[in-house]
Parts: sequence; C-alpha cells; structure tokens
Amino acid sequence: MSDTIEIVPKDKLQPAGVHPELISELTTLNLGPTHPATHGIFQNILQMDGEKIVSGEQTIGYIHRAFEKIAERRPYYQITTLTDRMNYCSSPINNFGWHMTMEKLLQIEVPKRAQYIRVIMMELARISDHIVCNGILGVDSGAFTGFLYVMQKREEIYEMYEQVCGARLTTNMGRIGGMERDLTTEAIRKIREFLKTFPPVLKEFEKLFNRNRIFMDRTINVGGITAESALNYGFTGPNLRAAGVDYDVRVMNPYSSYEDFDFEIPIGQSGDTYDRFMVRNEEMWQSLRIIEQALDNLPEGPYYADAPEYYLPAKKDVYTSMEALIYHFKIVMGEIDAPIGEVYHAVEGGNGELGFYLVSDGGRAPYRLHFRRPSFIYYQAYPEMCKGLTISDAIMIMSSLNVIAGELDA
Amino acid sequence: MLSNKEVAEDLIKTFGEDVFNFDEPFGFLTLHATRQQIIPVLQHLFNHSYYQVKFLTDLTGIHYPDQKGAEFGVIYHLHSLTHNFRLRIKVFLDKNDIHIPTATGIYLCANWMERETFDFYGIEFDGHPKLTRILNIEEMDYFPMRKEYPLEDPTRDDKIDALFGR
Repeated sequence: MSDTIEIVPKDKLQPAGVHPELISELTTLNLGPTHPATHGIFQNILQMDGEKIVSGEQTIGYIHRAFEKIAERRPYYQITTLTDRMNYCSSPINNFGWHMTMEKLLQIEVPKRAQYIRVIMMELARISDHIVCNGILGVDSGAFTGFLYVMQKREEIYEMYEQVCGARLTTNMGRIGGMERDLTTEAIRKIREFLKTFPPVLKEFEKLFNRNRIFMDRTINVGGITAESALNYGFTGPNLRAAGVDYDVRVMNPYSSYEDFDFEIPIGQSGDTYDRFMVRNEEMWQSLRIIEQALDNLPEGPYYADAPEYYLPAKKDVYTSMEALIYHFKIVMGEIDAPIGEVYHAVEGGNGELGFYLVSDGGRAPYRLHFRRPSFIYYQAYPEMCKGLTISDAIMIMSSLNVIAGELDA
Repeated sequence: MLSNKEVAEDLIKTFGEDVFNFDEPFGFLTLHATRQQIIPVLQHLFNHSYYQVKFLTDLTGIHYPDQKGAEFGVIYHLHSLTHNFRLRIKVFLDKNDIHIPTATGIYLCANWMERETFDFYGIEFDGHPKLTRILNIEEMDYFPMRKEYPLEDPTRDDKIDALFGR
C-alpha cells in the first residue's frame, strides 16, 4: 500500500505555525492499524515536520465485513444482527433504527409502551457510548482513574441489556413491531437503581476532568472546527453540536415518542476537544432526564404491534391456533415479502445521524440497503483538524471524535 | 414550512426537462436528474437564498441490471437544516458510460462517499481528488456490490443444500 502515499513536495506545504523555509526533511510516521491509542483498526500515515503534523493519509477498511452485500440476502428480521455490529458501543440504537425503518416501510404502528421502552434502552445505550468515549479520552491523556469509576456503571448497563434481550454487547434488541418481551420487574428495579447511583459517579467523573488544569491545557483549542466547515464535512451528533449547530435528529425528526419528553440539547462554541467532551457529559445528564421521564410515565398496554405477518406469535398460540401456526412457519422460513418501496429513516446514534436507506423490490430480502454511518463521514475531516498539531494532540482529537471502527467500515 | 410541491416547482422552473420523475415515497421528495445537470442542481439548491440545502446526508449507488441503458444509479440525499426539508436526487448512468461529475466541489463530505460508491459499483466520479478504493483492498479488480457478483464463493461445494438452497 505504500505506493499510494504522496509525499507533499516542499513548495506545496502549507503547515500552520511552521516556517516553510526552515523545513529540511519530513518524517513519515505510521500511526498504524494496530495501535493502543486508536480505538479500533484504522491507519493514519502522518507526515511530520519535527513534532508538528503536516499532512495525514488515512487507510480504513480493516474491519469491512460487507454488511450491505450480506443484507441483500437476509430476511428482514435477520438484518438486526448486522446492525448491532456497526456501532457496537451503543447497539440498541442501531437495532431500533433498523426496526423503525422496517416499520416505516410496512406502515406498522408501534404501541406507546414499546416506544417508551425503546426510548429507555436507546438512552441507556447513548450513556454507555459516551461513557466509553469520555473515559477513553481521559485514558489517552494519561488519567486512568476516571475511566475505572464510570466503567463500573457500564457493567450495570450491560446487566440491564441482559434483562431485556439476553445479550450484553451485540444486543439484537426488539423486534419489528415492538419488543420481544416486556420489561421485567428486575429490569425496572435495575434501571431505577442506575438512575439513583449514576449521578454521583458522573459528578465525580466531572470533578476529575472538567476544571482540571492539565486536562484543559490538553484539550482546549485542540482540533477545533468551525460550524460551517463541520456542516460541509457532514458532521452530525455531539461533534457537530460542539461546533455550535443544534442539529439533533431526536428533535428535528422525532421518532418513537421523543416529542413527549422534555430535554435540552447541549451546544459548544468552538468545536474543539474540550467542547466535545463537555457536550457528551451534558448529553449524559440529559439522557438520565429522559430515562426518568420515560420510566415514570411508562404507559400500560401491549409491547408489540398487531402485525402477525411480521411479529412471531406467542408459542402457546402456535400450538393451538391454525393461523398462528401458519404465520410462525412463514416468518421462520423467511417466506414473508415486504411491499415494494424505498424509505430513508434516520435516528440519533451515539455519533450522530445514523441513517438507513432501504430499497425493497417486494422480496423477502432488501434489494439495496445502505447505512449512512456518521463515523465514516466525519472521519474525513481528521487530517485537516490535526494540521500543525503534535502527535499527542492528534491522539486526543481522534479519541474525542469517537470514531468506532465497526461503524467506520461496516 | 417548505413543501415538496414548492421545491419541485422551483426545480422544474430552473431546470426544465433535466429534472423529471418526481415522486413522494413516504412523504420524501424524490426526483431524477441528468448527469449533465446534476452539479448545477446541487449548486442551485446549495446557493439558494431561501432553501439553504447545505447538508449532504448521503451519497450512494445502486445497480438495476434489468434497466437497459440506465443500470447504475447515484443517489444523493440532501437536507436543509434551516427548514427541516429533505430530498433525494437520483442520477442513472449507462453501464458503458459510467461517469458522473464529482460533488466534492460543493460538499467536502462527498469525498469518501464517492470513493465508497466507486469501490462497490465502479462508478467513476470525474474530478475527484483521489478516486481509489476505500474499504476493499487496492488489488481487487471487480466491483462487489454489482448484482452479478455473488455473495458467496461459487467454487465451494460444501454448502449446497437442496432443501433450503442457501
């Protein structure tokens, strides 16, 4: 792959803060695919002038698993497991985004109770994603303690996922038309306990970092991006909100009853690493608000829609009723066709607008399924954000962007 | 509230015959454009003083092997944040003449999205700063998302199942 690197010739150099006439030689540094500080497998070949980065070249695709091609073969309910593995730090959001895309295509109305349960799980996933991002940002700057404090809470979130769907990381949560089971009393107890015990931990985490002199020195004015540049680069999510644009898919195109909840969208000013860190912290507080509201107002009712063609009937009915038996057989054997149509649906993932573009030709598998992955789109801006900074700054910027390799490559 | 009808009429007034096939699947304005006018259309929407369509949500490709003369499509999803208005523009290309001008002059995020479309379908974007494969290895000489390329290795004979056929 080395023959694709172009060494920037001296007369074309435009590095920030470095005198061009004093450059004698550039070093090429391979911030290689396997590196403890990069979160996942992607390669950055940096050209350095001494300690300052002049330009960068990115290679991605180390974890490309051809999801879009595989999806063209799988019945619709089997694609949920593919979506898990994109942004694996917040898999419920990916799962529900896909279920909502299918529900839009099939025009299924999901009952309120299922929508509220989905909101609770999605916000827990968002908290889990931000815990990882902010904790690891601390670790990359050398502060390990904060990460340890909040990681214990992430374990508790995993236990809540386990109560709801049985799995910890790749959750495959929910079904087309609702949830696969109701919230058990144990799950509700665990969520209430989390709502009580997480705020002090988050406050302690903030006390460690927010006004810490060393952390602020390492993150303020590092990797800033203007709002206009961010919009042109396709930024969404906390990275865009740190630059000052209040675009949140939950508010702009509400889905799954988000309009019932009262929450704020935190915005930064300069789009630098410190702003991204603060925006994510504040989003965790807002997510706690949403979970509390959803849990307090959880409506009674069914937890799945009346869509027997797409939602597996209860097993006891399969043994006694003819229609349930036939539907069960058809669904499991993948004989159910979806209507012809094309739909684009977006949800607010941990990193921004996670979009699903589905083209169906009336078969049992999609004709074309494309995932609009936020990490893939905003990672393009990384070399520009790193220009003129040092390697340690480059590492901090990469951590604060929250690039998740699974979502980058899909 | 910007309506689909308003934007559609504005586009027809500005570009006439070069925008066609208007549709609204699930309330989402969808239209086709010609290859010659796609960049002016994108530019018009970007620079429009009222619409302010300054966000490229997605750029992807699609392959319809049965549509002779228009097999490959490039699909742009655009979003105007000020009005919360989304639209989708499709451009279809013949498989023997699979070029389209690049959108990186207007939207910087189109860079990698076009590389991905090239990687998967072989659609060439004229004027792209560096059109190489992005997710697959450089040495690959076929385009995997095309319909003629099978998902599984056709030389394997241990997965042939007469009953389930997968």
